[in-house]
Amino acid sequence: MSEQLKVPTMAEYMAEGKHPEVLFWVGCAGSFDDRAKKITKAFVRILNKANVEFAVLGTEESCTGDPAKRSGNEFLFQMQAVTNIEVMNAYEIKKIVTACPHCFNTIKNEYPGLGGNYEVVHHTQFLKGLLDDGRLTIEGGQFKGKRITFHDPCYLGRANNVYEAPRELIRKLDAELVEMKSCKSRGLCCGAGGAQMFKDAEKGDKEINIERTEQALETKPEIIAAGCPFCNTMMTDGVKGKDKEGDVEVMDIAELIANAQDL
Amino acid sequence: MDYIPNILFAFVLIAGLGYFAFNVRKLIRNINLGKAKEVNDNKPARWKNVIMIALGQSKMVKRPVSGFFHVIVYVGFVIINIEVLEIIIDGLFGTHRIFSSLGSVYGVLIGSFEVLAALVFIAVVVFWIRRNVIKIKRFMSAEMKGWPKSDGNIILYFEMVLMALFLIMNATDLTFQQTESGNVISQYIAPFFSNFSESALHIVERSAWWLHIVGILIFLNYLYFSKHLHILLAFPNTYYGNINPKGQFENDAAVTKEVMLMMDPDADPFAAPAEDAQDETPAKFGASDVQDLSWVNLLNAYTCTECGRCTSECPANITGKKLSPRKIMMDTRDRLEEVGKNIDANKGVFVDDGKQLLNDYITPEELWACTSCNACTEACPVSIDPLNIIMEMRRYLVMEESAAPMELNNMMTNVENNGAPWPYNQMDRLNWKDE
Repeated sequence: MSEQLKVPTMAEYMAEGKHPEVLFWVGCAGSFDDRAKKITKAFVRILNKANVEFAVLGTEESCTGDPAKRSGNEFLFQMQAVTNIEVMNAYEIKKIVTACPHCFNTIKNEYPGLGGNYEVVHHTQFLKGLLDDGRLTIEGGQFKGKRITFHDPCYLGRANNVYEAPRELIRKLDAELVEMKSCKSRGLCCGAGGAQMFKDAEKGDKEINIERTEQALETKPEIIAAGCPFCNTMMTDGVKGKDKEGDVEVMDIAELIANAQDL
Repeated sequence: MDYIPNILFAFVLIAGLGYFAFNVRKLIRNINLGKAKEVNDNKPARWKNVIMIALGQSKMVKRPVSGFFHVIVYVGFVIINIEVLEIIIDGLFGTHRIFSSLGSVYGVLIGSFEVLAALVFIAVVVFWIRRNVIKIKRFMSAEMKGWPKSDGNIILYFEMVLMALFLIMNATDLTFQQTESGNVISQYIAPFFSNFSESALHIVERSAWWLHIVGILIFLNYLYFSKHLHILLAFPNTYYGNINPKGQFENDAAVTKEVMLMMDPDADPFAAPAEDAQDETPAKFGASDVQDLSWVNLLNAYTCTECGRCTSECPANITGKKLSPRKIMMDTRDRLEEVGKNIDANKGVFVDDGKQLLNDYITPEELWACTSCNACTEACPVSIDPLNIIMEMRRYLVMEESAAPMELNNMMTNVENNGAPWPYNQMDRLNWKDE
């Protein structure tokens, strides 16, 4: 692939003595997970298209500490947090956008108490802002009339009360937004939160992602939209588990927008 | 001799209120066994929660059926209790329906109490059917066997009997029936007593009156021993409930101190502590027993009325794992009461009984099944936070016992060594750009 993505780093901005309007916090999944990297790139394509002056930390970024904190390792969490805050404060970061609700929640809510005060937005909120400001226009294109259901990430929805931004973006695609029986504040977890992503589930009679995928499939969607790389993995596995990978796609909101624009 | 009923009444009233006060003091002492935690920020938001969630039942009605019937019982109980004021005055001073001098207003008052009493009776029967005939799933969980099940039913029987006694008392009160004002429901019960002599009627009326007030006092004292404390504690509990974003977990201040010290290049690791420095390092990180939890966690435990809405929304529980947020709260209360009894039995000091909340009540398997998704805290109609207890206990397991599941230890080693939960090199973090 020879696509040209413009991904400047904070260090490069610094060298030029400039400040970007926003820091794109890529996150571990967005940097290393093969599926999530596609989301990262889709988001960057949109940022490039809308001429957003953004930067990434690149190799200076490190895990926010979320999985450590949720596992009970407060010490490791705070070490990570303080290190990241030191880097970001040195760059005088004011605004951060991230495509990971876990990074979003941690930086937004748990970093201020440790000296990291930034305006933090989820990428769906940021994209909605670009639309509202007229910096980005989208038309339904290939998604017009498609049945799309949105799976609320716990750390975006219940944890931070962001329910509408992703839904508005789906509506902007002229798609048919269909809700699952448990949605918004009653949305069922995909099973990855609280560091469950990194371990096998305890003994039970079902996997959580299968339960959630069944709820999603009940809406007879063509696409299951997600706003979190971990939810994406869990739902993709769930769809495979139900032998539906030929019929139903799991896509991040950023990918929907980028694809609609043929980016 | 005319004063004997009044004296007897005063005695019963004082005994009933006295024993309740005695137990409330014990309740407060037990809650204060928890760690201190200052909760006095943003008072307007807290009062708003009390008004909306506790008084206004906003979370109860999220489930329309149980919410609807609960509102009836709640409104009924609050309003009918105005009648208790009259009963107390009558009882102490030997008067009869002292407020009846209010005339038509009194009729309206009693009339509405009667309607509410009938509605409460019906609602309570519905609740009983839901628990015992329809057997709604969340009342049938493992933790609901034995005492919790009986407790739920006993409360319903109490309420049925109290409402019935109130209506019978009115139905058999000849003068009240003759005024034809306010007897909206009891006029239909009165015919059942039509062949009673006047003196027999009087005996029934007096018996109902006495049983009603004694029943209320017994019920009041039953609260401390039952899950029904929520009728009082829902109010402070919603006030002290979490008002931050649900995803925000507290940063442990003791850890912050150590981390900041480590990060401070000017810190002298060999420096002797200042003369007046207090050793603020906590005895342990996280919680393995109730005394390690905050007093708010313990207030939560006493407030829980075991409705199980949390458990019925919990993804782990729905998919058959052992974790049940309701059981976390029930276990916390059971252990707290065990500790309280231990203190009572040992002249005010806790003597180690070789048990603790962790393992003896709550197993690591339950704790590790949590996805921290906040479905439980969202579902709770009275702002209880089981997730906070789960996280405190995970902290203990990891920071004191190094007892995380192996895969999580691997994940944490990765975070520590290369800044990601997977074993990738931090220097490769931007490789995606060129792939």
